[in-house]
Amino acid sequence: MIHQPIHTLADAYRRGDLTPTAVAEAYLARIDALDRRVRAYLTIVREQALAAARESERRWRAGTPRGPLDGAPIALKDVLCTRGVRTTAGSKILDTFVPPYDATVVERLRAAGAVILGKTNLDEFAMGSSTEHSGFHPTRNPWDLTRVPGGSSGGSAAAVAAGMAAGGFGTDTGGSIRQPAAFCGVVGMKPTYGRVSRYGVVALASSLDQVGPFAQDVTDAAHLLGAVAGHDRRDATSIPAPVPDYAAELAQGVAGLTLGLPDEYFIDGMDPDVERAVRAAIEVLKGLGARVESVSLPTTRHALAAYYVILPAEASSNLARYDGVKFGLRVPAHDLVEMESRTRAAGFGPEVKRRIMLGTYALSAGYYDAYYGKAQSVRTLVRREFAAAFARVDLIVAPTTPNVAFKLGEKEDPLSMYLNDVFTIPGNLSGITGVSVPCGFSVSGLPIGLQILGRPLDEARVLRAAYAYEQATSWRGRRPELA
Amino acid sequence: MIDRKDVEHVARLTRLALTEEELERMREQLNSILTHLDTLRGVDTEGVEPTAHAVDLVNVMREDEVEPCLPQDAMLANAPDRSGELFRVPRIIEE
Repeated sequence: MIHQPIHTLADAYRRGDLTPTAVAEAYLARIDALDRRVRAYLTIVREQALAAARESERRWRAGTPRGPLDGAPIALKDVLCTRGVRTTAGSKILDTFVPPYDATVVERLRAAGAVILGKTNLDEFAMGSSTEHSGFHPTRNPWDLTRVPGGSSGGSAAAVAAGMAAGGFGTDTGGSIRQPAAFCGVVGMKPTYGRVSRYGVVALASSLDQVGPFAQDVTDAAHLLGAVAGHDRRDATSIPAPVPDYAAELAQGVAGLTLGLPDEYFIDGMDPDVERAVRAAIEVLKGLGARVESVSLPTTRHALAAYYVILPAEASSNLARYDGVKFGLRVPAHDLVEMESRTRAAGFGPEVKRRIMLGTYALSAGYYDAYYGKAQSVRTLVRREFAAAFARVDLIVAPTTPNVAFKLGEKEDPLSMYLNDVFTIPGNLSGITGVSVPCGFSVSGLPIGLQILGRPLDEARVLRAAYAYEQATSWRGRRPELA
Repeated sequence: MIDRKDVEHVARLTRLALTEEELERMREQLNSILTHLDTLRGVDTEGVEPTAHAVDLVNVMREDEVEPCLPQDAMLANAPDRSGELFRVPRIIEE
């Protein structure tokens, strides 16, 4: 039952071949056996999971399941607030924080009958691309334990890849779902900005953050997204548009669709295995009847710099709330300023401090126009270029990352780490949607991701193309050998 | 270039008590990152409106009605220090 997609589990529940309780127990046992090596989880909620599984089992027996996710064992990135279960954002400053409420996403997953197994590791406050910079411990890539799973949602990606969860959720601010999905050989989707509520999500950069699913296949991704998408009055930035039945539209194929191929996403220095796999994937899509046209997104090369102004600026403001007053760590001192300064110095790790400093500097008097204002104008150019491209093509296809998973400790210099997100960041700056779907392996046996980007709110078409590709290939059957 | 005094100033603004060593490393790393970010100066953005948000949002209004909210005790439960219904903090102003 491990490595079975959620929709297959649901079929087995319906037939009575499997029960949600037996599946939850099998997943918890596998976590016990494997997670000492992978370290995907920060918190396991064994009793809650088993109680939810028993409830689900009663519904299936009574013939009243709540839908395809009923009884699905899933993992949640530890930035999604869970009522009564500690939520750390991967930071020592929130080590003991127990939210009094559920994030909207969590509320909707519970209502859909999903069985939450636990909370997964991440780079502290989602700042990073490797899950090495968690305040607790690094997570390892199930395909090669000497390598990183990507990040920042590396825990959820590794859990799904290793069969320690049937599906998962993460957040994507600059690629934090798509990049670890590519590195771990699973499907990862960033919905359109505003498609999924951010209520109850620990904020990194509020104009970029978006919650999305990790899945073993595209069908599961469609179900997981469908369960959480839609307007939420508690998030004023959530879009009040109806949610299509993503799963129902999957089989429509790509015949007649025009795919844009951006020259700027095939750069010098990228891993030749990645380029080869992605170009081969595009040939597969052509064989399925899609047309391919070249498109130009010239501001791509400035997107990274714009992002590394906007993100730290927003983060420095969002993280001002960690002041030792209302929740989280407090280091005592004789006056308020001293208490705040010592608390933040003790609670935040080096990358978080660096970005808070950078963001505060970029927003400070005299520098605002040169950095923040300029970056926001560059953001406009990125958006315009995507809009122009999407006037001609239905979807854009590209690599998710320029390289495969790297070794732990390999990218010590912050800038070289930032370069990892060069193909995913433009999607966040422009607010569009995108998915990473497995498209092969490097010579060394590491997974590679194909990125498919779509117009705002065009998740259905993005998933449909990913599904057509997935069904035409056999990558989804490959799983890491972890014993 | 950002110098040591700038780094100390920003650390004060952002309430981070950094050690000598951290201040020095921060100065080096921020300079290296800012050098990269300075490539933005070369982009022609003459007359280009800034984008604050990916979605063209307008203000979202609702009726100002009293609704149930989380109980006070639940909101105070995570406080490092409290006094009855209040968050307690160290002294802010001199007596």
